[in-house]
Amino acid sequence: MTRLAVVVFPGSNCEHDVVAALGVVGIDSTLVWHTEADLGGADGVVLPGGYAHGDYLRPGAIARFSPIMAAVSDLAQAGGPVIGICNGFQVLTEAGLLPGALRRNAGLRFLCQTTRLRVVTTRSALTNRCENGQLLELPINHNEGNFTCDKGTLRRLIDNDQIVLSYVDNPNGSVGDIAGICSEGRNVVGLMPHPERASSALLGSLDGLALLRSLTNQPASSLSLGDEPGATARFAAAN
Amino acid sequence: MKFSVIVEVTGLDGIADPEGQTIERALPALGFEGVEHVRVGKVVRFDLEAHDEDAARATSEELCRRLLANPVIEQAEVSLAPAGQAR
Repeated sequence: MTRLAVVVFPGSNCEHDVVAALGVVGIDSTLVWHTEADLGGADGVVLPGGYAHGDYLRPGAIARFSPIMAAVSDLAQAGGPVIGICNGFQVLTEAGLLPGALRRNAGLRFLCQTTRLRVVTTRSALTNRCENGQLLELPINHNEGNFTCDKGTLRRLIDNDQIVLSYVDNPNGSVGDIAGICSEGRNVVGLMPHPERASSALLGSLDGLALLRSLTNQPASSLSLGDEPGATARFAAAN
Repeated sequence: MKFSVIVEVTGLDGIADPEGQTIERALPALGFEGVEHVRVGKVVRFDLEAHDEDAARATSEELCRRLLANPVIEQAEVSLAPAGQAR
């Protein structure tokens, strides 16, 4: 039975959505306040979206110094799944747990829209239940999602198969159309799109569950794919 | 002694600055010709207690490296003077 911790920073705003979406794929999770020293024995951790510490200075710049980040770093070193969604991705790059940085969107606009994504590798903690090349529709909701790194880092990300998700139509100027990457150990994953917001037929897409169920160690056949009876079938019929 | 420090944080050379480019494109419409290389960044000011100017500069640069600028995308320029001194 997998149990995850979902870290709450002052200004996080997706933590309850993440807990609910994890519940849909049968993962038990608990909220952990950022001043805590440990993750309560959780098998993995999610850093959710939002505006940790008001995004002051740069998104994630202050959050990376929160006491809980030592435990997050320890878990990452130990090979446990560490997932950063949106602002959580920004925190992971600021903390040096993932390479690169997320700059302001190239068009200088806050982007809130559904994006089409391609699963570039299934060799990551968040895509091991997906298929290579699988297309997913997930919402983005960010002002600083423009992934940036130097040429050498981009080369390494490509050569090591560390690009996890790419945009079909790049909305924000990210180098290499990158929407999500993983660490060399493949257990730390950061992505700008929000899988938890595509976890119910009512939200218009169930594609986020394809990612979240990668965090379980249950057989795929036992997973429920909707948060209400018949949701999947109704969604399929409506599309 | 006390120093007043000004840190300017801007994007690394070679990293696109769409805000700077937008401003640069707007200036000719107002009749300002010949303006180029507009870069937008941020300024952080603070006072710092240190033994001497070298120590103040070393601390300021370390503080920039660890917090005020993200070296992946930004550079920081430190200027400092004894507090209260006009510059």
